[in-house]
Amino acid sequence: MSFGPKPWQQLHWDERAAANFMLGGTGAGLLVAWAVSSTVTPLWQAYVLAGMASIGLGLGAVWLEIGRKLRAIHVFFHPQTSWMTREAMVAVLLFGFGLAALASGVRVLGIAAALVALGFVFCQGRILHASKGIPAWREPTVTAFIVTTGLAEGAGAFLAATALAGGAHWAGLAFFALAVIARVLAWSRYRARLEHGASRRALDVLSPAGRMLVQLGTIVPLVFALAGLALPEFSSTARVFAGLAALGAGWYFKFVLVTRAAFNQGFALPKLPVRGSR
Amino acid sequence: MTRWAMIADLRRCVGCQTCTAACKHTNATPPEVQWRRVLDMEVGEYPEVQRVFVPVGCMHCADPPCMHVCPSTATKQRADGIVTIDYDLCIGCAYCAVACPYQARYKTDEPTFAYGDGPIQSEAARFDAGRIGVATKCTFCSDRVDAGLEKGLTPGIDPEATPACVNSCIAKALHFGDVQDPGSNVSQLLAENQFFRMHEELGTDPGFYYLWDKKAESAA
Repeated sequence: MSFGPKPWQQLHWDERAAANFMLGGTGAGLLVAWAVSSTVTPLWQAYVLAGMASIGLGLGAVWLEIGRKLRAIHVFFHPQTSWMTREAMVAVLLFGFGLAALASGVRVLGIAAALVALGFVFCQGRILHASKGIPAWREPTVTAFIVTTGLAEGAGAFLAATALAGGAHWAGLAFFALAVIARVLAWSRYRARLEHGASRRALDVLSPAGRMLVQLGTIVPLVFALAGLALPEFSSTARVFAGLAALGAGWYFKFVLVTRAAFNQGFALPKLPVRGSR
Repeated sequence: MTRWAMIADLRRCVGCQTCTAACKHTNATPPEVQWRRVLDMEVGEYPEVQRVFVPVGCMHCADPPCMHVCPSTATKQRADGIVTIDYDLCIGCAYCAVACPYQARYKTDEPTFAYGDGPIQSEAARFDAGRIGVATKCTFCSDRVDAGLEKGLTPGIDPEATPACVNSCIAKALHFGDVQDPGSNVSQLLAENQFFRMHEELGTDPGFYYLWDKKAESAA
């Protein structure tokens, strides 16, 4: 029984915070997608650099949002329980491995950066999960969704980039297909949990974005990818479109999740006052 | 072990907002920042409609999600249960604000004043630049509590050692005291009345209790 004012959209985290989830997930996914097909990828440094740049841009966007920018170093002070601190620390490790890979030309260091990138996107999922004031975020299955959509976005970016570069990588294509399927499964599970939770209003906002994720972010990219296999003369174009569709749908969904569907807890009275009893 | 807690008697609150005004006066909070708010809820459907006034603010949870998520350790918890913010450590990321299920945290990015761009005399005198760009919230008037304890006073009983909102309440709806002391004023009220805590199902163990009815004679 709830009598409280209806929950309202939180306004503390805006597009800048959303950009961190969008660009951070994509950068991490790009590094992982590259690592999966690293043995056949020429110009591999470009992918490592692009992945790091994307993550760096995301972190830069969220830096613009904090109130005390010159104190940003304080973000490292609480690794015991804060997933934001852990995200920052993992990012430092990621950049360390990535820059070492670029400086030394040793691919294994790049692969290590990709492994750390998995940790980075996991931290992003846990950041949302730990936000107890936002029912749509604190749902535990949000972590798997954030991880898989990051991988799908990065795999999409990698697929499009390799197609534009004129390469054809079966490993990258297979990873892409697996990632978008994993993402839609994670969304399905997340959606089902929201259905039975306290996030009905959030679900009303998320459902249209979810439909786009299924149609434009999953079915269309897979059809394009298959069409590219069946029609080799259109293979590059199809892979570019497939990758960009998966990337764009993921970005749109995360933008909605952070800036439109983040209704707070609101207030609720389990009991009403019995006046005149005292 | 002391745990300071607050009680709001929903049967007594008349929604006069005096506590809100007293809090703003005591803590010099800017416009639109209300560490102590009173919700005005209309419940039910005609003709069975009831109006309920619900004081809210930081619940000083025993297991505060705001503290766990804080990346800078600015949010801490004292041994007496009061949850604090160190304005010199806070980076203003607002993670605590989205982690708080009680919408108790505020962040003011620019100085704001009651009348236009410039402060009036009292606002200028009490303006604290350290509160700009960081998270702020109710402190349970910890400075008053601490100063009172140093003088041997009892918070919740002696006004000098009691939060301003409680002192100001015209209906004696708000109470403050040590919930761990069985003989305290708040423990007595909880023993005599039925109560609930907001969003208790989230496991935050809030330190803010709402009285809604007396206990049945047999159970009292």
